[in-house]
Order: sequence, then structure tokens, then C-alpha cells
Amino acid sequence: MEYTSFNNQLSFIQKIRNFDYILMTCILLLGLISSLAMYSTDGGELLFHTKSHIVKFSIFFPMMIILSFFSIKFWHFFSYIFYAIILIFLIWAAMYGVKASGSQRWINLYFLNLQPSELMKIAIIGCLAKYYHRIQIDKVNSIQGIIIPCVVLILPVMIVASQPDLGTAILIALSGLVVVWLAGLNIKFFAYSFVTLLISLPFAVAFLKPYQKLRVLTFINPDRDPLGAGYQIIQSKIAVGSGGLTGKGFLKGTQSYLEFLPEKHTDFIFTLFAEEYGFVGALVLLLIYITIIYRVLHIGYISKSYFAKLFCYGYGSAIFFYVVVNMSMVLGLLPIVGSPLPIMSYGGSSMLATMIGFGIVMSAKIYHKQLIA
Amino acid sequence: MLGENFSVRKFQTINRRMFIVGTAKAVIFTGIIIRLFSLQISDSKKYLTLSDKNRLREWRLPPVRGQFLDYFNKVIAGNLKVYQLHVIPEQVENFKYLMLRLKEILNINDKEFNKIIKRRKQQKSWETLVVSENLSWEQFAKINYFLHDLTGAKPVLSISRDYPYDETYTHVIGYVSEASEKDLLNNEVIKNSHVPGLKVGKIGLEKSFENRLIGTNGVQRYEVNAYGKRINQIDHKEGEQGEKIKLTIDTEVQKLSNELLKDLSGSISVMDIYTGEIIAMQSSPSFDPNLFLFGISQDDWQLIRNNPLKPLVNKTLSGLYSPGSTIKPIVALSALENKIINTKFRVNCTGKIEMYGQTYHCWKKKGHGVVNLRDAMKQSCDTYFYEIARKLGVDRLKKTALRFGLEEKVLNEIFEIEKKGLIPDTQWKKNTLGKGWVIGETLITGIGQGYMQTTPLQLCLMTAQLANGGHKIYPRIVVNENDKTSEEIKAIMAERAKDKETEKNGLVEATEGFFSITKNKRYGTLYDDFENIKIIREAMFASTNEVRGTSYSSRIKDPKYQFAGKTGTSQVKRITDKQRALELKTLDIPYNERDHALYIAFGPYKNPRYAISVVIEHGGSGSSTAAPIAKKLFKLIIDRHEMREKIKTKRTLDT
Repeated sequence: MEYTSFNNQLSFIQKIRNFDYILMTCILLLGLISSLAMYSTDGGELLFHTKSHIVKFSIFFPMMIILSFFSIKFWHFFSYIFYAIILIFLIWAAMYGVKASGSQRWINLYFLNLQPSELMKIAIIGCLAKYYHRIQIDKVNSIQGIIIPCVVLILPVMIVASQPDLGTAILIALSGLVVVWLAGLNIKFFAYSFVTLLISLPFAVAFLKPYQKLRVLTFINPDRDPLGAGYQIIQSKIAVGSGGLTGKGFLKGTQSYLEFLPEKHTDFIFTLFAEEYGFVGALVLLLIYITIIYRVLHIGYISKSYFAKLFCYGYGSAIFFYVVVNMSMVLGLLPIVGSPLPIMSYGGSSMLATMIGFGIVMSAKIYHKQLIA
Repeated sequence: MLGENFSVRKFQTINRRMFIVGTAKAVIFTGIIIRLFSLQISDSKKYLTLSDKNRLREWRLPPVRGQFLDYFNKVIAGNLKVYQLHVIPEQVENFKYLMLRLKEILNINDKEFNKIIKRRKQQKSWETLVVSENLSWEQFAKINYFLHDLTGAKPVLSISRDYPYDETYTHVIGYVSEASEKDLLNNEVIKNSHVPGLKVGKIGLEKSFENRLIGTNGVQRYEVNAYGKRINQIDHKEGEQGEKIKLTIDTEVQKLSNELLKDLSGSISVMDIYTGEIIAMQSSPSFDPNLFLFGISQDDWQLIRNNPLKPLVNKTLSGLYSPGSTIKPIVALSALENKIINTKFRVNCTGKIEMYGQTYHCWKKKGHGVVNLRDAMKQSCDTYFYEIARKLGVDRLKKTALRFGLEEKVLNEIFEIEKKGLIPDTQWKKNTLGKGWVIGETLITGIGQGYMQTTPLQLCLMTAQLANGGHKIYPRIVVNENDKTSEEIKAIMAERAKDKETEKNGLVEATEGFFSITKNKRYGTLYDDFENIKIIREAMFASTNEVRGTSYSSRIKDPKYQFAGKTGTSQVKRITDKQRALELKTLDIPYNERDHALYIAFGPYKNPRYAISVVIEHGGSGSSTAAPIAKKLFKLIIDRHEMREKIKTKRTLDT
């Protein structure tokens, strides 16, 4: 019997039954596929990356299940606090963080080098979802309704961009913007800001780090310096292209195991996958992501509460951005910006953030009839 | 209820906007799929090629050089296994340390060491650096003993050129040495099969036949990683050894030639008068080609370069000598052919003649008395030849000389160093010196002095063509499958002689066209009247085998070995043309020890088969120095004849 309520107490069995098993299967599949890919990047041996990846997945996947048992009301309540904590972490990282390869974006938590910017990708969605949940639709386009989300958005983006980590900053911005859009911000504001962006672009370019400028130039023409800046894009395209229809086979990706591929554990994991499993494999992987996105959006669609709906729509779109930005980048459609492929790429923070996101979505599924005041 | 209304609007907005976003997502995903399709399906081949280009790298192995064989299939330039020390710089952790260690162990001197370091800088890091090309057994053992300390150094068994007969063949075969930049530029084949340390021919047949000898590279294909490190071998293709090249030379005769010329500066050529095969061809002094294989040492090089006897000059092919009296058979022949004289023509030699106020001396001060052609040839009477040369004129003499192959390279296409010499005539002097011909110059040309210059090999060919009955032959030093045998050639020559006879007997007119074709046929006749050739041969016989003949003391009585020849003694001043003109007036200077000794001969007389020319620089006189050498050589040549014939028949049966 259908009912909705503000105080929905579900039994454990009901919760289990309400689980989204399709989403869960897809995540598990990704976990499995990513472990195989990681094994391949290690040259067919059970080395550090593979082990670490499997360990992380086996910690974070159960964690997601546990998180999903928290009521959606809790997540609604927790959203601002979560955002605040992550923001503090970001500032902390900027001041006392661990430096690596020219950027300061990690906090040493002893068991894990946490990258708060990754968590911000989720936190920003939660924070904005809660904000829009709490205001009336006619307030969305008021001055206050514009300024507050702007501040919430710009603050972390600026910090992350200055780490410098352009890729993550862009992804945080995109995640936030899609929420703002979904909440109903007038399209003219997007148009205005887009025009402003275009105008300020030349000035922004002046502020880009030399290596970032190089990446943009290289993206425009990868052959201008095939052994230097263009190397990554060229090698990645060669790897993907040489995979052909069915790929070179498991552990047979010559581009990766002969080390022509850069960053094969992280940003270029899709390249390795496409090389070894070909067009068919790449399509299957893409299909899994599409299914995940579809399921997340579907959960949003069936959610009764505005917060849950907005969060799911926002998060579904965010995953879409992660996937599209990463794939476009390795396929030579976008300049190289650091952006991991969710679950597939090696990296604890990214996986942690993604799993927290899925946990909240799963919670929304379990409590999809729950209303929030 | 306002709130409710707002709430509905809120939900409507979000769903509508989500729909728009969803549509956009579908479009973008389609774009990604299209991109994947274009990379992995449409352009897959292109990227697969690029990926293979990335991962596969080929290493060319040095080609194995073809051998040189002598006529009896003895290897005269072969390949020897040697121990070498290779280092592939990219596989060495501490290159500097390794090199210093090797320097110490192998006792490499600083100069050598710097050369290696320089070479390293010119190569790619994955290319093999040859540290030592020829390790002694001791060094090899030492390296192996210290190998644990020498990561990256690889003692390997390699192949190197080897010349088992040392200096015997240097002027024929030449030698190989490391390919220079110039070699790579000049020869596409060398460039295409070049590997570090590749040896190529520098002079002689090694150079002439480079493209046939060089062989093809073996190829090792490795999979390499992004840093160029070899991961594993994909395949290995064996190269093909270069062609075997068989020479017409008989090592035994060549060896004897070398021994006979020991400590002398000179040349020996031996030729088959029918096939034109060169049986021996030695220039002395020679030098050991093995010295050049691994880079000749400065000391050895200086020794060779500064030797006053000029070992680097191939005297047989590029040594130019006045033929002296060895030209007399041609002068006499020319006079006979032009009907200037006959056998009964006589000259009274008083030891000198006066002409236009100039005195021309015969070598014999007292004179030879009244001499006919046969006597004049036999005793090499200069006065007689002054006289007939005067009557003949230099232009007609030149015609005959050219017919017999003078002023023409004997092995034209094979040795680039070969010279063609000079047979002067009036036109030549006008063109090059801008002066008119003087009659006195004709006289001295008649005794093979003056402007005339010939190579020892030309003299040998000239003799061979007189000996074979006046037929053109085609000298060769390399054996080919389709070479004609001496029997075949003799038959052709007989036919040509018959044609000539028919022509002479006046049957020409109706069929002139036909005969003018036969004239140009191979092995054609070089005479107008065969009788004249016979007269010359007999006169040469007399010169060697009759009392008072100039080489009488070098005769062999046994008809099996009996040969006929002509001595020559020539002046050799390398003087400018102006000085030469002055020199003409002082030609009455008597022969001195600076004169060259020459001898040409053919044998066995009854059934001639081989021609020979001997030139000994500053050897005194032909009769005292050159002719005795020919005598020793003839014995061996004739003794080897049967064996040589056997090989020939065998070869014919094979094909």
C-alpha cells in the first residue's frame, strides 16, 4: 500500500528489499573490472596498485552499504556540516597539505592521504541540494538565492584551482552548476555568466600556469611536440585505436605494459581498458556507466523529497561529467586535465567520494517515500 | 496552499530541466561512442601500425662478407671467428665506470679510448658499441674473469675478414676496413646495410665487388618499452652471406711471383693468351692487408707509407713505364704490316747514327754490324729500330700499338686505379704540348723511350696477343659461369683467321658489308698478314734461345718449358714536358743502374699458352734482372698447366 510520510520507519528487511540491486551490481562489476585493469597495469602481477585498489574497494563498498542505511533525512541534516568540514579540510590542505608533483592537495590522515577536493565533488551537491530544498521556487532567482549558491560554489572551486588542480576544480564547478540549473535558476543567468566567461577567458589564460597553457596548446595540436607535451594524447590515441574491435586481450596491451602510456593507473585507465578489450569492451564499460547514471537518475525520479531528488539528479549528472571529461580527455577530445574515471581509476579519495555519493543515493532509494520537512 | 503550488512548480521545474540535461547527456555519450568507433574501428589499422612502430625495434646484424677464391677454390679472403667486446650503453647503469674499468683491463691507450667515447656519442644509446674488435685470447679470458664487475659488457664471438696469404694478394684483392662517412655517401648498398663497425672494401677487388660481397644483414626484432629497453625477442632473420667470387689467379704462381719480387720494386703479370685469364698479378713491395682490419696502428702505417719502394702503389695497373725495347716487336710488326720493310731489309749498325745533327746511340757501342729484322730483334739493335721507326713514322706505329691494347685499360671496369698509359703521335703532341713533332722523337719512340708509357699489364696483354697469333683477347680476373674455354676460343680464333684469309684473297668486294661486321667480332684478328706475326714470334724466339740473344742466358732448353721473349731496359725519369724536351738532346747518356728492367715473354714456344711481363724498377737491364725471373716463373706456370686444365674441364662438366 502506497504511503508517504515524514516519519517513515522501515524494517531491516524492507530496507534490504528497497536496495537498488541493479546499481549495486553495476558498482560491483566496476570494482571487478577495475581490479582486472589494475592487475594489467601492474604487468600481470599482484603488485602494489592492484592490492591497494582491491583493499580500498573492499573497504569502501561495504561502507557504501552501511551509509545507505542512514535515513535520507540524516543526509539532509548532515549536508551543510559535511560541506563545512570539507571546506575546512580544503583550506587545511592549502596551508599544511602534503605536496606532490607540484601541487598541494592532500591531507595526511596516516591511513590515507585524503584529497578533500575529491570529497568536495559530493559535498557541494549535498549542500546546494539542501539549500534549494529549503527555499521556495520563487526565491531561486532572487538576489539572495543567487548569491548564496554562488559563494558556496566559487569558494571551493577557487581553492582547488589554486592548488593547482584544474581538473577537479572544473568538475566541482560542473557538479555545482548542474544542481543550480536543475533547481531552476533562470537560463539568462547562465547566458550572462557564459558571456562573462568568454570575455574573461583571455585574462584567465594569463593566469594559467605555463604547463596548463601548454596542455591547451597541445590539445589544439598534439603533434606540435610529439615527444613532449603531446606525448600523452598521442600515445593514448594510439593505444585506444590499436585496440580495434575486440582489443589486444587481457594483459596484452603493449602500449601500457611497455610503458608508453602515462598515468595508466589513474587518468588513463580507460585507455588501457580500451586497448586490451577494444571497441566492444569500451562499449560494455560505457554501458555500465550509462546504467549507473540511469539508475541514479531513476532513484531521483521516484524520490518523493525534493532534497533526495535534487541530490540524485545532481549526482547522476556529476558522474556523467566525470565519465565524459575523463573519456574525452583520453580520446583526445578535451585537453588533458587531471580527472579520474569513477571507481576504475586508482585513488582512495576519489573512490571514497564516489562511494559516499552512491551511499546517499542508495539511502534515497531505500527511503524514497520519505518526505523531508 | 501557495506553498503547495510552489512545491508542485518546483518539482515540475526540476523534472523538466532534468529531461533537458538527460537529452544532452545522451547526445554527448553518442559523441563519445562515435569517437571510439572512429579510433578503434575506422582508423584501427593506422593506430595498430603506430603501436607496432612504438614497440618493435629492429637490430641489424653485420652481414657476413662473401669470400674470394682462387682458381683452385682456395680461400684467399675469408672470414675468421674473432672475440669482440660489445657494450650497449643503454643497458649499462654506470657507463663511465664500466668504460674506465675496461680501459684498465684491456690496457686501452688514451687515444684509442677517446675514439671509443667519441663513437659512443655518435651512436644511439641502444646501438651496439664495439669496444674491441679483436680481443686476444688473454684479454678475452681476463674479461670473462672480471665479468661480474662489468655489467653491460658483452664478450661476443664475431666474424672478421681474414687474408690467409698476407701480402701475396693485397694488390689484387685489396682490403677491408671500417666504413667511412664517404663510403656511406658514395654507396647506397653500404648505407642500407650499415651497422656500427661494418667493414667495407677500401681498394682492389674488395672495393670493386663491394655490392656483391657485402651480403645481407640478419635482423633481430625486439619488443622494446617506452625507454628503449629490450623486453623480448620477437623474431630473428638470418642474413645471407655475400657472393663467393672466384678469381682466375693461381695462388701458387702468385706466391712465387711474390717471392721472386722480394725486396725488389716491380711487377709481374701472367696471362692465359687465349682466355685472357690473369694467372698472377703482383706488385712489389706489397703489405699485409690484415693490418688494416681493426684499424692500422700509426707505426705500421708510417712504415708502409714511408717505404721508398712505394708499397701502396699498384705498379702492375697504375705504374707507368717506358716500355723500352719490349715495344720493339710492335714497332717491327708495324713496319712489316705497313710494308715499310721485309725480312730481308738490312741496316748497318755502327753503334750510333747521326741524324739532323743529332747522334743516336745503339746500346752496343761497337755496333751490331749489318743486321736484318731477326738479328735486330734478337740482339735488340737500336740502330735498326731508329731506322725503321724513321721510315714508319710515329702515327702508323701508334695505330698498331693501339690494336694490341696499349693506351687502353686492360681491366677497365674493375680497378679504378688502373691507368691507360700513353702512345704518342703527332696529333697528340700538337694538342697537348702545342708543338710540332720532331723526327728525333720518332726515333726514340721506336725503342720505347720518350713519351710512350705503358703499364706492365698492358705489356703482358700485348705479348699475349702476339703469342696467340694476333687475336684480340679479353683479359679477366674473375671467373664467370659462362666463360668460354680455351678450346672454344681457339676455335673461334681459327674461324676469324680463316675469314681474314678469305678477305685478303680478294673475295671481299662482293661481301664487304659482311666482312666489316666480322672485323668487329670478338677475338678478331689484329694483323693484316699472319706471316708478319709469325716473323715477330720467331724473332722473339731467337732473342731468348739463340746465341747472342739478349735473354739467351735465361733460356730453357726443354721444349716443354721453352719460351720466347724480349728484354727491355728503360729510362725512368719523371720529368716535366719542358725538361723532357731538353732530355731529348741528352739522350746519349748511357744506361745506368737507375734504369728499369723489363721482360716480356710467352711460352711454351711450340704451342704457346701463357704470356708474362716482368718489370723491375731500377733493376739494371732486362736481360740481367727481369729475364731470369721469368725463367723461374715459367717452370711453375707450365707445371701447373695440367692441373689448371683439369679444373676447367671439371667446371665445364658441372655446367
